[in-house]
Amino acid sequence: MIHDMIAIVRDYWLLLLIGQYPNGPLGGLANTLILSALSIALAFPISILFAMARLSKSPLLRWPVTALVYFTRGVPLLMLILWSYFLVPLLTGADVPSFVTMLTTLVVYQSAFLSEVVRAGIVALGPGQMDAARALGHSYIGAMRYIILPQALYNMIPSILSTFVSTIKDTTLGYVINVPDLTFAASQVNNQLLTQPFQVFLILAIVYFAICWTLTYFANRLERRITRRRAGLLNVPAAVVTPSKIVSEQL
Amino acid sequence: MSGFDLSAILGNPEYAAMLLHGIEMTFIIYAGSWSLAMALALLLLCVRLSPFRFGDPLVAAYVSYHRNVPTLVQLMLWYFGIFTLMPNGVATWLASHNAEAIFAVIGLGLCQAAYFSEDLRSGVRSVGPGQMEAARALGHGYVSAMRFVIMPQGVRNALPPLINHSVSLFKNSSLAVVIGASELTHAVKEIENLSFRTFEIYLIGTVLYLFFSLVIMSIGAYLSMRADPARSARA
Repeated sequence: MIHDMIAIVRDYWLLLLIGQYPNGPLGGLANTLILSALSIALAFPISILFAMARLSKSPLLRWPVTALVYFTRGVPLLMLILWSYFLVPLLTGADVPSFVTMLTTLVVYQSAFLSEVVRAGIVALGPGQMDAARALGHSYIGAMRYIILPQALYNMIPSILSTFVSTIKDTTLGYVINVPDLTFAASQVNNQLLTQPFQVFLILAIVYFAICWTLTYFANRLERRITRRRAGLLNVPAAVVTPSKIVSEQL
Repeated sequence: MSGFDLSAILGNPEYAAMLLHGIEMTFIIYAGSWSLAMALALLLLCVRLSPFRFGDPLVAAYVSYHRNVPTLVQLMLWYFGIFTLMPNGVATWLASHNAEAIFAVIGLGLCQAAYFSEDLRSGVRSVGPGQMEAARALGHGYVSAMRFVIMPQGVRNALPPLINHSVSLFKNSSLAVVIGASELTHAVKEIENLSFRTFEIYLIGTVLYLFFSLVIMSIGAYLSMRADPARSARA
């Protein structure tokens, strides 16, 4: 059995790594990582705007974003993917590659989840920070920009990392709309071999485990370090957020 | 597609029956995997809480595997992989008894057990050590102290994350469509293929998921309120 798995890796490692790249679209593990990284990079700034909108006093800003966040969190990601699968081409009127469809969905989905994390981070700082910043003459935007967000986002680094892990896991759902990612490559390998599905999917599980476990490990280490530093600086451990608890999302 | 028309789907008895069957299967998968997950989570918790340390790394490995491998991949490994390794008799029996749903329950349940057990563990850990000492001082044995003093408080502490994860499990039940279980998402895709009323059927499916998620959340909120009225009033 291990012999079979080594043989599969030896024969198909390039397909699993980059898909059919020189002769076709980029795929495999490379695509999975690019898709995850791009969606976090795009979702991050949006999530800050969402969080600020949800904390704002104006109902015009607060309500639509709150509704969007609740909607996104109440519906399975698979449903959202199917929605964008037919809505994005309809709205843009063009033939959209499945990669873009998946990226759009993930950005919306992760923005909603990350905005909750950012919001929790801002709330955890306590109102005193904003009051003090305002008292020192900062405008609301200035206080956010120079006082609140730098502190909140620093505390958020570990949970952004764990959101990245869940994004990597979420990209597997692109399978239903044929995004050429790692899962897709593995099922291609499986279709070519036909006789060793267990070995192929075990390899797939091991690869995902290796990547996600490593990132989770660093996230936890970083979190402990930040907690310690905050505790040392402020001497009030209670005010420190433990962000990984907030991310309850889990594909 | 000629205009927006929900009745084209809901008024059609065939589509309505497919939707109802999908909802039924979703709930069977949800109830099955939830129960499996909770039972297994309690078992894992017992291993973690027991004074014997040798079970700890096993539980840690279990939790780590299920948290770091995408649920979809876990389902695929079960359905496409382990199913094919099973002895012929078992495989035939499973195949004639809705194997897709059974493997969805197993895959989702085992995965969810990891999350539930972590929730319960942190709930129990947040009960102060004084509680156990006090219970023992009052003459409770270890088991009875656990049963009457520690666990009720631990489960109450663990309720918020348990509710969150119960909702995610409900949403994750949609993944069963990938291994061919005929649940709600499957029904939605089938009806879309038959009726070409994409917008309407996705809207119906989405509203159903949203509705049931909210129902589960409200049940959870009600339970938290019953368990600890004072804290819920503060929250």
